Amino acid sequence: MKKSLAELEAIRKKTLEQINLRTGREGFRVVVGMATCGIAAGARPVLTKIMELVEKEKLTDVTVSQTGCIGLCRLEPIVEVVDDKGEKTTYVKVNPEKAERIVEEHLKNKHVVKEYTMTVVDGTLIDPKVEEN
Amino acid sequence: MKELSLHILDIFYNSLSAGADTIKIGLDTDTVKDTLTITIEDNGKGMSETFLNNVLNPFTTTRTTRKVGLGLPLFSEAAKACNGSFDIVSQLGKGTTVTAVFQNSHIDRAPLGDMAETVASMVLSLGHTRLIYTQSFNGESFTLDTREVQDILGEEVSIQSLEVISWIKEYVQSGIESIMEV
Repeated sequence: MKKSLAELEAIRKKTLEQINLRTGREGFRVVVGMATCGIAAGARPVLTKIMELVEKEKLTDVTVSQTGCIGLCRLEPIVEVVDDKGEKTTYVKVNPEKAERIVEEHLKNKHVVKEYTMTVVDGTLIDPKVEEN
Repeated sequence: MKELSLHILDIFYNSLSAGADTIKIGLDTDTVKDTLTITIEDNGKGMSETFLNNVLNPFTTTRTTRKVGLGLPLFSEAAKACNGSFDIVSQLGKGTTVTAVFQNSHIDRAPLGDMAETVASMVLSLGHTRLIYTQSFNGESFTLDTREVQDILGEEVSIQSLEVISWIKEYVQSGIESIMEV
């Protein structure tokens, strides 16, 4: 059964109510790298997973967006989480399962998931200087 | 790229970076002619003739973080590997149209992949740009025009609200199923 544009009217009303709840609260900003490198590495399902969970968990103070190439193509998919003070956490080699944990622990409970961050990849410590080509 | 939808998503971001007001994406399957045609048309800033002539060279890119750009070359190679063709028409200040034709039944043609999820990811990035997505299968077609959606939502509700994005995903999915059923 094909869905109809008319259904949007109900979503509009519901969203308006939520916008009223949201005002004044600054929260996390989640940014997913979506250049050729990110897309080829699997960024799209990661972005979708984050969007679904943020909506499902009603994390109304979280905004989700995308950016171009972050410059660390071999560590894609990359997800950056920026908190209300502007502190940035960079998660690398993210997949939908890792994204689920990031939403649960970082966005909901405000704990950084350290083992997915940039300095540790597959259990190995990466020297950030090595990444500068 | 494992899916054709990922190439479409990638080239869409080129159009967006070119500052397009309107991006039209078409995906047409014709099982009689045995073709799958993908077009991505924008009214962005376009490319100079020199840039256009080199754009399929992987060492041509506008990105500042790396000296290589693989989006268009990968897409072009994918089409050519499937007995297809690849064409870019661009004019400075007017916009760019990318057309890729695949032999639909070709053994090397990657699956289309999840177009509903792809369109939803595009809408999240749109800003004020209008996206018109049309998918057709043997003459039956389905269109999503983000302007129609935004008109219903009014000024206060953004099309980038996650509730709207997830509705769009389901809407596109049901639209695709409706053209395949005929």
